[in-house]
Amino acid sequence: MKSVIEYFRGIFNGIKSLLVGMTVTGGYFFRPGTTLTQQYPDNRDTLVMFERFKGEVVMPHNEKNEHKCTGCGICEINCPNGSIEVIPATEVTEEGKKKRIIDKHIYHLGMCTFCGLCVKTCPSQALAFSQEFEHAVFDRTKLTKVLNQPGSKLMKGVE
Amino acid sequence: MEVKEKMGRLENEEYIINMGPQHPSTHGVLRLVVALKGEIVQRVEPHIGYIHRGIEKMCENLTYQQIIHLTDRMDYLSAHINNEAVCLTVEKALEIEVPERVKYIRTIMSELTRIQSHQLFWATFGMDLGGLTCFFYGLRDREKILDIFEESCGGRMIVSYNTPGGLMNDIHPNFQNRVKEFLKYFRGVIHEYDDLLTGNVIFQERSKGMGVMTKEEAIAWGLTGPTGRASGFSCDIRKHNPYSAYDKVTFREILYTEGDVFHRYLARMEEMRESMNIIDQLIDNIPEGPFTAKMKPVIKLPEGEYFQSVETARGELGVYIVSDGNKNPYRVKFRSPNFVNLAPLNLMARGSKIADLVAIGGSLDLIIPDIDR
Amino acid sequence: MEFSIYDFSSFTAWIDQSLRAAMSPGMAVAIEMLIIGVAILIFYAIVGLFLVYAERKVCALMQNRMGPNRVGPGGIFQTIADLVKLLFVELVPIKNADKILFSLAPYIVIIASFMAMGALPFAKGLHAIDLNIGVFYLMAVSSMGVVGVLLAGWASNNKYSLIGAMRIGAQIVSYEISVGMSLVTIVVLAGTMQLSEIVQAQQYGWFIFRGHIPALIAFVIFIVASTAETNRGPFDLAEAESELTAGFHTEYSGIRFAFFFLAEYINMFIVAAIATTVFFGGWMPFNVYGWEGFNKVMNFIPPFIWFLGKTGALIFLIMWFKWTFPRLRIDQLLTLEWKYFLPINIINVLIMALIVLLGWHW
Ligand code: SF4
Ligand code: SF4
Repeated sequence: MKSVIEYFRGIFNGIKSLLVGMTVTGGYFFRPGTTLTQQYPDNRDTLVMFERFKGEVVMPHNEKNEHKCTGCGICEINCPNGSIEVIPATEVTEEGKKKRIIDKHIYHLGMCTFCGLCVKTCPSQALAFSQEFEHAVFDRTKLTKVLNQPGSKLMKGVE
Repeated sequence: MEVKEKMGRLENEEYIINMGPQHPSTHGVLRLVVALKGEIVQRVEPHIGYIHRGIEKMCENLTYQQIIHLTDRMDYLSAHINNEAVCLTVEKALEIEVPERVKYIRTIMSELTRIQSHQLFWATFGMDLGGLTCFFYGLRDREKILDIFEESCGGRMIVSYNTPGGLMNDIHPNFQNRVKEFLKYFRGVIHEYDDLLTGNVIFQERSKGMGVMTKEEAIAWGLTGPTGRASGFSCDIRKHNPYSAYDKVTFREILYTEGDVFHRYLARMEEMRESMNIIDQLIDNIPEGPFTAKMKPVIKLPEGEYFQSVETARGELGVYIVSDGNKNPYRVKFRSPNFVNLAPLNLMARGSKIADLVAIGGSLDLIIPDIDR
Repeated sequence: MEFSIYDFSSFTAWIDQSLRAAMSPGMAVAIEMLIIGVAILIFYAIVGLFLVYAERKVCALMQNRMGPNRVGPGGIFQTIADLVKLLFVELVPIKNADKILFSLAPYIVIIASFMAMGALPFAKGLHAIDLNIGVFYLMAVSSMGVVGVLLAGWASNNKYSLIGAMRIGAQIVSYEISVGMSLVTIVVLAGTMQLSEIVQAQQYGWFIFRGHIPALIAFVIFIVASTAETNRGPFDLAEAESELTAGFHTEYSGIRFAFFFLAEYINMFIVAAIATTVFFGGWMPFNVYGWEGFNKVMNFIPPFIWFLGKTGALIFLIMWFKWTFPRLRIDQLLTLEWKYFLPINIINVLIMALIVLLGWHW
């Protein structure tokens, strides 16, 4: 007798647990307002990334086309996978002294692991992360970028 | 006569199938060579190494700050905890005390990592068992934690937030609000997890009594994390060997004795609730102060051997560093929980069905890159 | 007995007569068969495509997603776009596969579901063939598809496919009994196997209400067992993508895969249609004896709307199952059948027979 009761109790509890599960999914079905899908390419204009999002390494320039990179090469040393190549040049200042400046700051986006060490260790805060995340290209040579803009100069006051 | 012989040979022949390296239920490039007899699993042989990147060897050529970003890529669901493990080892070797603020933040971040890892476990485990909707609910809730990470650390999975001596940057001003919002939200929906899966009769039938590991076996095989604790092996590093701010909070170590698939699952469910309690205790009391200790730009560990273990979402992660006094370590070894947890798969799955093998594999919550490193 | 305004029998009879008047009887039959064939083919395609779309929308909404929303308004043409894509996909030849059986299998599956379609009464008189053993015919035909699945699994020369095929073999053999038994319960109540008469008998009260509890139990068992028979979740062991990658159709690509896919949805439609016919009064409107005004309004709704509406509701139920429950294991599947459904079913039939004998039903 007891086993018979157990048998039926098993059936009823089983059915009940199934119905409980169905209320969850059914609940969402009948409340279509709960959808969370973001219509990605359509919402591009309104899409805001978090300001710390590590999209890619950039070198901010001001409106006079000046950057803060002194060409010291610390970022190159700190990068764990050689994504940064600093090609320095020398410049003669007004006082006639030789000074190391940046010629090309080459950044290989395809190799970067977004560890953030270059940005953190740069002594003059010349580097930053942009929030750009659409990196897909058809040709991977496009992933190698020169961060300092052509004709750009070192900002005044940065050593 | 001949027919009979052939029949006999057929009966003894094993039906070998290759599960993986590309298979939906191995969660990555794990290859299981399964010998079947009908539906019954006779033998499972895991073949690993498909995603071996030589992380330990790579570490030997990197500075201690640079090692951190590689540990993200081992157990990518416990990225933050892995970072912390290396940082703790380095700090221990240098004998520096990190500021209280760092400890609190690290603990909160670790617990958030644990929750999101278990959420993903729930999602994929449900999917392994055929409940496809679970996958979306799990990911939906995990998204909220990833947003918290993204706001403060700049990365969603691969956070690289810790650095020897502290953190890469301070928490975002919005961090506390967001965490509290998340806790409120998640407490409201976690019952769905139970309604949809835990209580479900099909799920219980499929998971109870499957892949049992006794306490002795669990200890002998070195199972840790929820997998070990479901068997009754009290192995929570947070409890037995507290690091960061774990000595300042009270929490329960989830222990069961059954050691089957269902209790491994249950242990993770309960751990999510415990993690929320831990965060509750810390989130309002983060002390003011610097977010990193004063560190030299080049870290050189004194000669010697250093070890520190932490509790990741899957078990004990041990970091063992041998230093010869240079800026690069001489040898780094990670004791990764997944590698050890995978080992007794054959023992657990032998004699069960294919579907059980999937359930058992799912309940171990394996992350393949952590096995291969 | 009043007849609803939507009676197709005179319409079909008129077509028949005018055809016969114009040509020889053999020719007339041939043309009729052609018309019916084309009509069912079109209906088949529309139902198939719509159900695929519906399933994707339903599961998306249950999972807090949007589902298809790019092709056409609300993504309504998504499945057509997918079909076009599948038509262009290469039919990958499988090494060491049994070529003939491999290509034959999808056709068997499709033909089986096609044949079942012919016997369904969509409305009064809208019936390709009204067999006097309709229920029996439907059962026989709807379980024929498994032969195709078995062949597919065997011919693919793939270990996963073979396991899937073996699973479905065991599954269908068991669940066929339950489906049959639960239909027998209603046959006992109706006293006939002819589908049109079964529908006619439900004018004032569908069998699910008239048959007391046994009919309810029979319905529950029918819907569960036929979900299992159509190989849908939570009984989709033959596909079980987390265990067997894609089960029996792992090796299929392009249009052959589309056939399996389509047949799954049509089978779902067919079982829902059978359940509608047998338990929910088929195309009969919801009438209550004595409430004339109410009945008039209900009768005004065309019968095929009733039919498709009820079928749609049942299909939604089946989808709801699939997107909520985890999958069973093969031994549990068989336990459920042999230890629970079969004994309950046998007792159920006996109780129903008793009720009918004592005249307790109304
Ligand atoms: S983010 Fe890291 S990997 Fe990328 S360039 Fe900077 S240092 Fe190198
Ligand atoms: S970016 Fe910064 S660290 Fe790198 S070379 Fe320029 S100044 Fe030095």
